[in-house]
Amino acid sequence: MKLMKVFTLDEALTNIKDGMTIMYGGFGGVGNPPTLINGILTKGSKELTLIGNDAGFPNIGIGKLISQGRAKRLIASHIGSNPVAGKLMSDGKLDVEFSPQGTLVERIRSGGMGLGGVLIDIGMNTSFSENKKVVELDGRQYLIESALTADISIVFAKKADTYGNLIYDKSARNTNPLIAMAGDLTIAEVEEIVPVGKLEPEEIITPGAFVDIVIQTEGVDWKWVWE
Amino acid sequence: MGMGVGVRERIAMRAAEEIKDGMIVNLGIGIPTLVANYLPTSVNVMFHAENGILGTGPSPSKGNEDANLCNAGGFPITVVPGASYFDSATAFGIIRKGLVDVTILGALEVSEKGDLANWIVPGKKVPGMGGAIELAQKSKKVIVLMNHVNKNGSPKILQTCSLPLTAQSCVNLIITDLAVFKVTKDGLLLLEIMKPYTVADVYKHTGCDFTVNSNLKNM
Repeated sequence: MKLMKVFTLDEALTNIKDGMTIMYGGFGGVGNPPTLINGILTKGSKELTLIGNDAGFPNIGIGKLISQGRAKRLIASHIGSNPVAGKLMSDGKLDVEFSPQGTLVERIRSGGMGLGGVLIDIGMNTSFSENKKVVELDGRQYLIESALTADISIVFAKKADTYGNLIYDKSARNTNPLIAMAGDLTIAEVEEIVPVGKLEPEEIITPGAFVDIVIQTEGVDWKWVWE
Repeated sequence: MGMGVGVRERIAMRAAEEIKDGMIVNLGIGIPTLVANYLPTSVNVMFHAENGILGTGPSPSKGNEDANLCNAGGFPITVVPGASYFDSATAFGIIRKGLVDVTILGALEVSEKGDLANWIVPGKKVPGMGGAIELAQKSKKVIVLMNHVNKNGSPKILQTCSLPLTAQSCVNLIITDLAVFKVTKDGLLLLEIMKPYTVADVYKHTGCDFTVNSNLKNM
């Protein structure tokens, strides 16, 4: 058992390569890992496929990577809060695949749980379901929604122990526990790192088995829209 | 017509009447957010937020915002006693299982059958559907709050939606700056008119036929 997973930002960034698929936790910037995102920007990574809830805001969270043209493809449920993403999409510079939000997170969850996909009836009989496979099970029809996984998952948590057990903070949890499970390699950026034994096993949301690397956050460096 | 400050509030007040004690309620962005301000103190509900909260409360006072405690629109909130936090999969499990009693959202178009279009204008505005499909398709009651006509003055209530649908036959009640319609299996039923408009005004600005309720009220 590897009990010591704490690394520096630079050590963590050595795993990021151009062209990789990166899944990111967060919802409207809340729960996006700010230090890892800045690190990926500074490193100059490009041609990325990004998978996450939304496109953040132009200068907030994952939105920074998208607005600076580092992604060639995005799988998300919503990009409305980042007009730069919309412009890149209409200019043909960003390929966007939309999934309904609940379907997207189930695709991610099934990837993390080692499943091939899920059966969901969301979006049946609309243009959304046109090219999807339909199955009938127990007399009801469902769409087959494929699982999503990634080369790297980057998540944000409140606290980690050195084994990578994670707990989250209020609405900054959102997609993070699901995305933490779905990466081939998962990097957790956290507010506080504690020794093993300091977290109550009952309170842990993400078991350390899913986490490979823990780094200390430098905190959010953007202004929120409400500030 | 138009959305003067007073009109937005009147629409929100009318929508608040649909919320009963003990319900689980999801409010969309815009006018739906205002609905929470008009609930009587005797009505206790759990507001659901897609980003993983059941039991959101009022906005915090200035200086007491917590960046890690926001609603699905990204604005700081508080929580009420009995609230819970959970991940996005659970947030949508609550919706898909049909546990949301009422969802209140905006629309681009609604048809006389209750079809809803609110997520895409092909070639123009493609923001993505977010959680709108789940909420529209699975909530027990779907209430649309919107302007009666679009910015060109054309009806948004139509025989058939021209935009891609969010969900079919999902809307139960439409509240606009002109009128309140109930969606029935026989088409739209005009329940209420907002002062000072007349039934003739509503006909003029509605893109489909409707029945006028025998007990027509002013909202």
